[in-house]
Amino acid sequence: MIRELVIISGKGGTGKTSLTASLAVLAGRVIMADCDVDAADLHLLFPPRNREKQPFYSGHEAIIRPADCIGCGLCLAYCRFDAVQMRGGATGHALFTIDPAACEGCGLCVHFCPTGAIDFPERLCGEWMISDTRIGPMVHARLGVAAENSGKLVSLVRKQARELAEKEGIGLIITDGPPGIGCPVIASVTGASQVLAVTEPTLSGEHDLGRVLGLARHFDLPAAVCVNKWDLNPEMTERIESKARLSGAQIVGRIRYDSGVTRAMMQEKSIVETDTPAADDIRAVWEQLK
Amino acid sequence: MIIAIASGKGGTGKTTVAVNLAQLYTGPLQLLDCDVEEPNLHLFLPTGEVDEEIITVPIPVVDENLCDGCRACSDLCEFNAIIVPKKVALVFPEMCHSCGGCMMVCPQKAIKEKEQRIGIIRRSRTGSIQLIQGLIDVGVTSVPPLIRAVKKRVDPALSVLIDAPPGTSCPVVTSVRGAGYVILVTEPTPFGLHDLALAVEMVRSLGLAFGVVINRVGIGDERVQEYCRREKIDILLEIADDRRIAEAYSRGQLACEAVPEFRQSISVLKERLEKLAVLHAAGRRS
Repeated sequence: MIRELVIISGKGGTGKTSLTASLAVLAGRVIMADCDVDAADLHLLFPPRNREKQPFYSGHEAIIRPADCIGCGLCLAYCRFDAVQMRGGATGHALFTIDPAACEGCGLCVHFCPTGAIDFPERLCGEWMISDTRIGPMVHARLGVAAENSGKLVSLVRKQARELAEKEGIGLIITDGPPGIGCPVIASVTGASQVLAVTEPTLSGEHDLGRVLGLARHFDLPAAVCVNKWDLNPEMTERIESKARLSGAQIVGRIRYDSGVTRAMMQEKSIVETDTPAADDIRAVWEQLK
Repeated sequence: MIIAIASGKGGTGKTTVAVNLAQLYTGPLQLLDCDVEEPNLHLFLPTGEVDEEIITVPIPVVDENLCDGCRACSDLCEFNAIIVPKKVALVFPEMCHSCGGCMMVCPQKAIKEKEQRIGIIRRSRTGSIQLIQGLIDVGVTSVPPLIRAVKKRVDPALSVLIDAPPGTSCPVVTSVRGAGYVILVTEPTPFGLHDLALAVEMVRSLGLAFGVVINRVGIGDERVQEYCRREKIDILLEIADDRRIAEAYSRGQLACEAVPEFRQSISVLKERLEKLAVLHAAGRRS
């Protein structure tokens, strides 16, 4: 069976991607999946050579043809997403347009428009790629600017990663998850083998870890916890770890505050590919996880 | 003016900038926490009484005695949230966007809407700051409706600061839409630069005025500054890397109270924003 380890954090910027990259290097034969599709960064550490690149279409987008709009305003009345905007038209009647950033593609306006003046084309929401990197294959994606349906794109990335793992006979997928606890995070963790939540010893880190472990419990997923930059506030680290234990999570180690972590990123390397103290801490974390 | 504070990359200092900037305002101010998945502003502000309000979205409910299985609802629904597997329609609430379409097209009038809880809004007050926070329930996927509910509570007569979630997708767009100005917070690293460029693309596509704050200057290199110069983007402020700021943050202490240089930086930012607000008002009049 293929094992899928997903790295999440709740709070952004706690070191998910840096840790994911290092764990992938330590794992050896592995498929990497970057599920932080609206701010994907893993490819910055492992320059990708695209094997395959596909557009990601999802849902539809309503577009009013001004020539056919009679200005009745039914679309404005029906839209629950504040996506319809009214302007005065040159011919005297009101002119309606749809803000693509607010349109959720429900199609209600399209259905009810009395003159059929609203087009409803498929929406290009981004692209996904299978690439080779210096440490192995990676499935990654890029969500279009201000696009919707990040959850669906995440599910697609995970599906491609699983298929690739089966095809190449690789038993482990390491996934870089998005921050938060909403739709793309839920799409990243459902059905995974284990989540690793990486946090930092701050009040925000503590608060956000509580919510993300709540999510893991909600979906009945085994959770591991690792505190990054732990020595920034040792008392807080203790507190976070004991709370995490109480909620059923396994503590898999601590990573010290180390300026070598940023230095590695500047050199486009994972931490464990450089000689810096935090690399030892990450090796110890991997020993607990593998 | 509504000012939104956003960033492509998480953990660059959005909340720190928002909460410390709010602290320096003298007049009444609304501070909105639109990072409803992981709201943190309350950790930094001593608040008194908290008023909680449950936020719901309407979800269709099918009356099985009236439904004749005609499929008008499932044909209309773009989200596969209502299907007709056998004789009557079946709803999948977690897929539903609450557009109301199925209810409107049902010829049998068999569909009604029931309010379903997605989270809460907390309102509290600290000095002249009115804090309004959204908090999504764990396991709920539909985040934008709660963000819209938070933003409905904006008082246009007041100054408004919005703390947005990280990223560039729908929750961020919902948060910054309609803002008079957006502050993008980043850090001078390859991840910071890459995600800043994505965030810039997003605010440009929305037609919003924006500037950049570079946090933790000194940990990386000059590529973010070079990018801003090349793209003709205003750098509003550069904050030097300082472990004292990180330590104050870890305790939930306001950095502007713990580190005098940081307070100075944020007051410079506030002055720049005030000048921009005057410019904007002048632009609107002309």
